[in-house]
Amino acid sequence: MPNKKKDYQIILASIQKPVIGEAGITGTWSKLKPVINSEKCIPSKSGKPGCFNCWLFCPEGVVSRTIPPKINIEYCKGCGICKEECPASAISMEEVEIE
Amino acid sequence: MNLVKVMDVQEEEYIYPGTRMCAGCAMALIYRFALKALGPKTILTVPASCLTVLHGMQGFCTTKVSVLHTPFATTGASASGIVASLEEKGLNNEICVVAFAGDGGTVDIGIQALSGAAERGTDFIYACYDNEAYMNTGVQRSGATPQGAHTTTTPGGKMKPKKNMLKIMEAHGIAYVATANGSYPIDIYEKFKKARTMIGTKYIHILSPCPPGWGYDPKETIKIGRLAVETGFWPLYEIINGKFNLSRESKKYLDPSKRKPIIDYLGAQKRFKGISDEDIEDYKTYINNLWDEIKKRIDH
Repeated sequence: MPNKKKDYQIILASIQKPVIGEAGITGTWSKLKPVINSEKCIPSKSGKPGCFNCWLFCPEGVVSRTIPPKINIEYCKGCGICKEECPASAISMEEVEIE
Repeated sequence: MNLVKVMDVQEEEYIYPGTRMCAGCAMALIYRFALKALGPKTILTVPASCLTVLHGMQGFCTTKVSVLHTPFATTGASASGIVASLEEKGLNNEICVVAFAGDGGTVDIGIQALSGAAERGTDFIYACYDNEAYMNTGVQRSGATPQGAHTTTTPGGKMKPKKNMLKIMEAHGIAYVATANGSYPIDIYEKFKKARTMIGTKYIHILSPCPPGWGYDPKETIKIGRLAVETGFWPLYEIINGKFNLSRESKKYLDPSKRKPIIDYLGAQKRFKGISDEDIEDYKTYINNLWDEIKKRIDH
C-alpha cells in the first residue's frame, strides 16, 4: 500500500473550502436595492466615524464601515433593514441592475 | 461598565457574503456578531438547523472559522468531545468551543446532551438562537413556540406557553446564563465577549425574529425584535455565577408604565392572527409575573 493515507490527511479531506457567494449571486434575489444619499448620511456629512446603523444591522454584512458607507449590491438581498434603521432617512430602495 | 460603541466592534467579517439565509434573517445578524466577538480561534459545533443551511453545501463553506456539523441530538456531547481533545493537546485556553443551535435543537431534541454537558461543567459556550419553531423544515411547533402562535402543526394556535429554557439552564448552576436579542447586536457582541473569558458552561439564549415563519415583512426584523424587549416579553439580562444583572437596554422597563402593550408585538406578526383574549390576558400575567420576579432578584 504505497498511498496509504495518514490520519491527519483523512481529517483534512473533510475540510471544506470557504467561498464568497456560496449560494450564487444573492443580489439577484431582489430588484430593489438600498441607495445611500450622501447629503443626508450622518458619517458622510460630518466626515466623522459614527452612526453606521446600516453596517450594524445588515444581516448579510454587505455594508462597509467606511466614510461614505458602501453597499456590495452583488450580494445584497434587498431586505430593507438598513432603510428602516437609518436615523437620517438617507437610504432609499431603488431598482438597480446588477452587472 | 464601559459602553461599547459601534466603532469598538471588530470590523472584520467572519462570514462571507452570499449565504443561503432568507432576506432579513435575524439569525444571520446574530451569528455575524457572535463570530466577531469570538474571533478566529474558535471551533463551532452546529446541529441540523437553519445555521447548517448558512454553511452551505458539501465542498464549500461560508465562514472563516472551523465548524463541525453534528447530528441533531448530540450538540452538547460533541462540544464535550472537542473540549476533551483540546485539553489533551493543551489548547483549551487558547481555543474556544461554541455550540450554536436552534430552538428545536436546544429546547426539544438537544436538551439531554446539553444538560449532560452542563452537569459535567464542560468549558464551552452554548448559544441558542430562538426563532420559536422548526423554521428550517417549514415552521413546525417546537417547545419554544409561544402560546397562541400558528404553525403548520398548530393551525389553531399553540395551546401551551413557551418552555422556560433559561430557568432550566440556571438550575444547573452554570457559570453564565444570558438572554439576548437580534435587534441589539452590540449587546450580543458584549455578551459573547464576556462569555469567552469565563471558565465553565456558558448559555446564551437569543431571540431571533424570522420573517417567513413569524409572518412579517423582512424589513421589520429589527423593529419586531425590539418590540419584544419594549413590551417586556423578552427581558435582556445575564446571571453570572448566580448573580442577576439586568442589561441596560431592559432597565427602563422595570417600570410597568414604560412598557408598550403586548398587543403591539403580537399584532405585528401574522402567526398571532386571531389570538384569543384569554391568550392575551395570559401574556399580560406572564409579563407581570416575570418582571415581579426580576424586581425581587435585583432588590435582593
